Amino acid sequence: MLTLQVNGVAHQVDVPDDMPLLWVLRDVLGMPGTKFGCGIAECGACTVHVDGKPVRSCSLPASLVAGRPVTTIEGLAGDMVGESVQQAWMDIDVVQCGYCQTGQIMSAVALLKSNPHPTDDDIDQAMSGNICRCGTYRRIRAAIRNAAGVA
Amino acid sequence: MMPVTMLSRRGALAGAGGLLLAAVLPHRAARGAMRIVEDQAGPFAPNAFVRIATDGTVTLILPNVEMGQGIYTGEAMLIAEELAVGLDQIQIEAAPPGDPYITKELGTQATGGSTSTIATWTGLRQAGAAARTLLIQAAAARWSVAPETCQAGAGTVRHMDSGRSLTYGEVAADAAQLSVPANPVPLRDPATFHLIGKSQHRLDSPAKVAGTATFGIDVQVPGMLVGTVAACPVLGGTLKHVDADAARKVPGVRDVLTIGNAVCVVGDHFWAARKGLGALSITWDEGVNAAVTTATIYRQLHDALEGPAIVAHTKGDARAVVAGATTRVEATYQQPLLAHAPMEPINCTVQVTPQRCDIWVGSQVPLRARDAAAEITGLAKDQVHVHNQYIGGGFGRRLEHEYVIQAVQFARQVSYPLKIVWTREEDLTLDRFRPAYVDRLVGGLDRHGNLVGIEHRIVGPAVVARWAPEALLPNGMDDDLLVATAETPYAIPATRLEYARREAPGVVTAWWRGVGGTRGVFVVESFIDELAAQAGADPVAFRRKMTGDNPRARAVLDLAAEKANWGTPLPPHVGRGVALQYVFGSYLATVMEVEVSETGGVRVRRAIVAVDCGRVVNPDQVVSQIEGGLIFGLSAALYNEVTLSGGRVQEDNFHSYRILRMNESPMIDVHLIDSTEDPGGIGETGTAAAAAALANAMAAASGRRYRTLPLTGRQA
Repeated sequence: MLTLQVNGVAHQVDVPDDMPLLWVLRDVLGMPGTKFGCGIAECGACTVHVDGKPVRSCSLPASLVAGRPVTTIEGLAGDMVGESVQQAWMDIDVVQCGYCQTGQIMSAVALLKSNPHPTDDDIDQAMSGNICRCGTYRRIRAAIRNAAGVA
Repeated sequence: MMPVTMLSRRGALAGAGGLLLAAVLPHRAARGAMRIVEDQAGPFAPNAFVRIATDGTVTLILPNVEMGQGIYTGEAMLIAEELAVGLDQIQIEAAPPGDPYITKELGTQATGGSTSTIATWTGLRQAGAAARTLLIQAAAARWSVAPETCQAGAGTVRHMDSGRSLTYGEVAADAAQLSVPANPVPLRDPATFHLIGKSQHRLDSPAKVAGTATFGIDVQVPGMLVGTVAACPVLGGTLKHVDADAARKVPGVRDVLTIGNAVCVVGDHFWAARKGLGALSITWDEGVNAAVTTATIYRQLHDALEGPAIVAHTKGDARAVVAGATTRVEATYQQPLLAHAPMEPINCTVQVTPQRCDIWVGSQVPLRARDAAAEITGLAKDQVHVHNQYIGGGFGRRLEHEYVIQAVQFARQVSYPLKIVWTREEDLTLDRFRPAYVDRLVGGLDRHGNLVGIEHRIVGPAVVARWAPEALLPNGMDDDLLVATAETPYAIPATRLEYARREAPGVVTAWWRGVGGTRGVFVVESFIDELAAQAGADPVAFRRKMTGDNPRARAVLDLAAEKANWGTPLPPHVGRGVALQYVFGSYLATVMEVEVSETGGVRVRRAIVAVDCGRVVNPDQVVSQIEGGLIFGLSAALYNEVTLSGGRVQEDNFHSYRILRMNESPMIDVHLIDSTEDPGGIGETGTAAAAAALANAMAAASGRRYRTLPLTGRQA
């Protein structure tokens, strides 16, 4: 039995030691906002925060994060930076299919929390692990800049 | 992308999506969630697209599925404009399978080919107008006044003289008793549009940003288990033997199911299923394609550059004209197999009982999915319920429904609801692929450097022959391949287009984000650049001269050249390339600025696009589609190629099927031209523009031509 701290709530889960955090979130805890894209930490769709840092939950065994604070897209409500990023996304309609966007937002929030006024290079560096197949990169960059102005 | 020329598409518009009474409208939940929550809304449902409840809830049923292209917002705008409601006053639903939602241009209920706005532009506005007319009539009758003295706005009918008003909900029951107008109601003068032509926020943004939008992969059904699949990696192969003993011992594994060519391991969650799949020992009978390689496919295509071919299109006597030309230019272009690789891996959730079959899936062809499930299960079509979900990237992948067939074949073996999720590896290697093509063009220039004729031979598969066999032309031509080749923005005195059909062994070929348009623009616009170079002409000036009878083409070309500062000096190793196109009913001119390093490294610096897509419904989403479409096209043009070895696709995840990332993505400026022409398609146009503009820019930067895609691969 594992204790996971997800969005400030403790969950007892009985899962295999090697089960990635992604599948615990999606299939055990019923939190589908975090997405499955590649399973090998190549695309970033599964990005969540552990101890405030962005991680790829598809390749991170849940047992390794037992007891540590995990934040998912569902946990951004009430978070000042999180909400300002989400608002910035809506202001300029970043999303298209939207499937990768929760991962994009988690990467962006982690960036702005560690670096409130990133340069374009900083943004590129922080965001280039997240693939968007619809090609919304220009708007993601703009939304992060806009959120940085108000965060 | 689709088997109908623009001319016939336009001809088919009248009545598209017309006012058919929906016999039974499914009652499903609204925006964001779109699960099958039973909704008792009604009673006013004058057509298949509008439903108004007595509590005032206005539900719009949208015929095309949302996969990123913004169509839910665009189609809601079309209805809302005439229904006289605000976008903040509506709920939206994905259309169920049903005849009223058939896209005539595609011959079935389908979202593809950049046809949605073209196909629904008139019909959805008529649906809104008919509903509004009845609501006004009902209110007028309540007040015993003439309908002409009433006006509708923001979901309310007002009597102008007295100032009385009734909400749509208050008159919905009365309106439901009135007869639907037999003839189309006059539509608004475009000069009075409230919504159309003015950028509106996407209706799906809030849910997608919050992570609450339900994609197919997110569907939860009580009692559901999760399966993942291994199908024979060689096309046409079958399952010979599977040893599942080890898999069954994996904690959480509940079942191992088989069909003719695949095994499904079912577990409490995806991870158990995935581990179980890895523990299987499978023996395949690989069948006749076990030796297919990419080289087999290309060799077959190149061989067909000589020998018999269909003459698909002619103008004048191009053979004689080219033979007699002062200068002849010849070039052969090669394009690879491409995967779709949407971010949401293939998935499908199915529950089969003796009485019904429920399918939760993101589908671009829900009617085909329904009919296939009925056939497999033996149920009647109306016992099969397809619940269409947000699609996490379509790009033509979900114009196929073979994964639905597979899921139903597995799910009918069990009593529980089964969600099947493919791994990314399965998604890529068992994709159905954009075909590989080889094109050869021979052009003639006169002594002034004017283009006098082009002979063009296309070699490759006919996607339409499988997808919609009835649409293959009587002479055997796939008319999707006429796009951008037989129809160009130019007045060329003599042209001859030939087609040698060669179906690729070992793969199923399929639609993609533009097949004819994307492949055609690459070869034709690359070749026009080569002709300009041979003529010693500036690429923009050379094109401009040939757009004499086509003011829309000329206008986008001029605008793109101006915005790109065409002709101004650039740093060393940097070049500009241009592409001009008329595909999917829209004109685009694209200028790309690219740096090619001494070692061949490519950096796309910026792209400038001028667009005339006729009347624009939601301008910001047109811009968004061009931006994203270009990036999609750049990934393919720079990096993407699906290869086969031993009949097996080799590219199996994003490390080997490389997608453009943010640090590689250029600045993109999109400029829309005001137009009162009927709408053109837009979803695939940016993708169609990318490879040609990029290849031409790379040629300008490096001094060498690029005729083989991907451009960073070995040049033939």
